[in-house]
Amino acid sequence: MKNNLIVILCFAAGIFCGTFAGTVVSTFCEKLPQFLLYALIIQVGLNLGANAELGKMLKDIRFSSLLLPFFTIIGTLLFSAAASLLLTSWDMYDCMAVGSGFAYYSLSSLLIVQMKEASVGIEIASQLGAIALLANIIREMLALFGAPLYASFFGKFAPVSVAGINSMDVCLPAISRYSGKNIVPVAIIHGIILEISVPLLISFFCK
Amino acid sequence: MFIILGLLGLGISAGYLFRHVPVFKRLEHSISYTIFAMLFIFGITIGANQSLLNNIGEFGIQAAILAICGVSGSLVASFIAYKLFIKKGGINEK
Repeated sequence: MKNNLIVILCFAAGIFCGTFAGTVVSTFCEKLPQFLLYALIIQVGLNLGANAELGKMLKDIRFSSLLLPFFTIIGTLLFSAAASLLLTSWDMYDCMAVGSGFAYYSLSSLLIVQMKEASVGIEIASQLGAIALLANIIREMLALFGAPLYASFFGKFAPVSVAGINSMDVCLPAISRYSGKNIVPVAIIHGIILEISVPLLISFFCK
Repeated sequence: MFIILGLLGLGISAGYLFRHVPVFKRLEHSISYTIFAMLFIFGITIGANQSLLNNIGEFGIQAAILAICGVSGSLVASFIAYKLFIKKGGINEK
């Protein structure tokens, strides 16, 4: 929760500073995120690899727990594609790219801006990036606060699935509380598989 | 895309090799700081873009629609998964 606030503050401070920025500063700022992005991806990988429980978890994997992430991916992408019927300004692939964030708002929005820029220009790319940021922040909030509701109406897996990538960190306490402790390994594996799928899916849909 | 995947793979293997080096236990913080910096810069790009700022309300609504669709899709899919795995006596019988 504290991290979410800092994220929103940083973003808001950036917007505030941006309104005073000249063209020189803003062109510079369009180039910089690419290198920060590479730095981020390496750190995410290092963090996954250095995770002390990674090995133990790999041994513990059951076939059915490997399947849940794919249910999450297919469900999210199908409904996101359907959202393009409501949103006339974006096509199906744009909507699926936003959905592919799985509540990983920071990485997904930046990836979308980077990858869309080449084909549609920075203007449209930033618009979709901003939508991705907002949509995935909203998803995280819905996952955090709705967990008890989802667990009682849609079964134990629902809070894991809705949490997306956050099933392995931010939403884990809520999942363990409302779905039960035996769901925790499933939730962590779910988060890891989705974390790997975010860059893959986004680059696929932004082509 | 291949750069991203390559870096991710490189990171995972390097992280696994050096998993006992204490510095790697503190990566969560450096990840957060990198994200803060990126979002600040992303914010500047958005703030400098007048036409985007004028439409922020519209984008908020579009984002909410996409978020609700994503969550609904996950709910339906996880419900199906739950029913399937229960029948097969999967995770839930642990």
